[in-house]
Amino acid sequence: MPMDANEIERLIKSGIPDAAVTIRDLAGDGDHYAATVISETFRGKSRVQQHQLVYEALKGQMGGALHALALQTGIPDA
Amino acid sequence: MSIQQFIENEVKSNDVVLFMKGTPQFPQCGFSGQVVQILDHLGVPYKGINVLESEEIREGIKAYAQWPTIPQLYVKGEFVGGCDIIREMFQAGELQQVMQDNGLAGKTHAQA
Repeated sequence: MPMDANEIERLIKSGIPDAAVTIRDLAGDGDHYAATVISETFRGKSRVQQHQLVYEALKGQMGGALHALALQTGIPDA
Repeated sequence: MSIQQFIENEVKSNDVVLFMKGTPQFPQCGFSGQVVQILDHLGVPYKGINVLESEEIREGIKAYAQWPTIPQLYVKGEFVGGCDIIREMFQAGELQQVMQDNGLAGKTHAQA
């Protein structure tokens, strides 16, 4: 069962409350999205750790219902 | 040998290992194909492990790195990232730096 963009955004924000999330639907099939997540909690963390935080927020959907999420993470501009 | 021991052995005994869908010659997923292109561009020798050949490896590697997707790139036993991170690092020149820091700088284009 593919996911919709709002669901992805809601999940990410539930796991990372201060996150600024933008989502693009790459293929219109509910399976291929690109997301940019900006959050203060990423400060000082490696890219792998930042992405892991997002995957945790997605509660196991990543790789399952959500086949492809091109992810970019970062910290807010000072 | 458990699947985690198999993975540990592959990751520790090869300088550069790419757990991917398909093979370096025939990637069977766009994301795996992108990392193969980047590694080939860098000219760094690496071992491709096709997770499609074994459900056990496919799931085991996700647990091993606490990372839910394929491909996964390991350099000198360290998980470096999936497709997004490898592409981002490559564009920023960081991947080249990681390879050089580990004495793995590939053939320059002139010698390819």
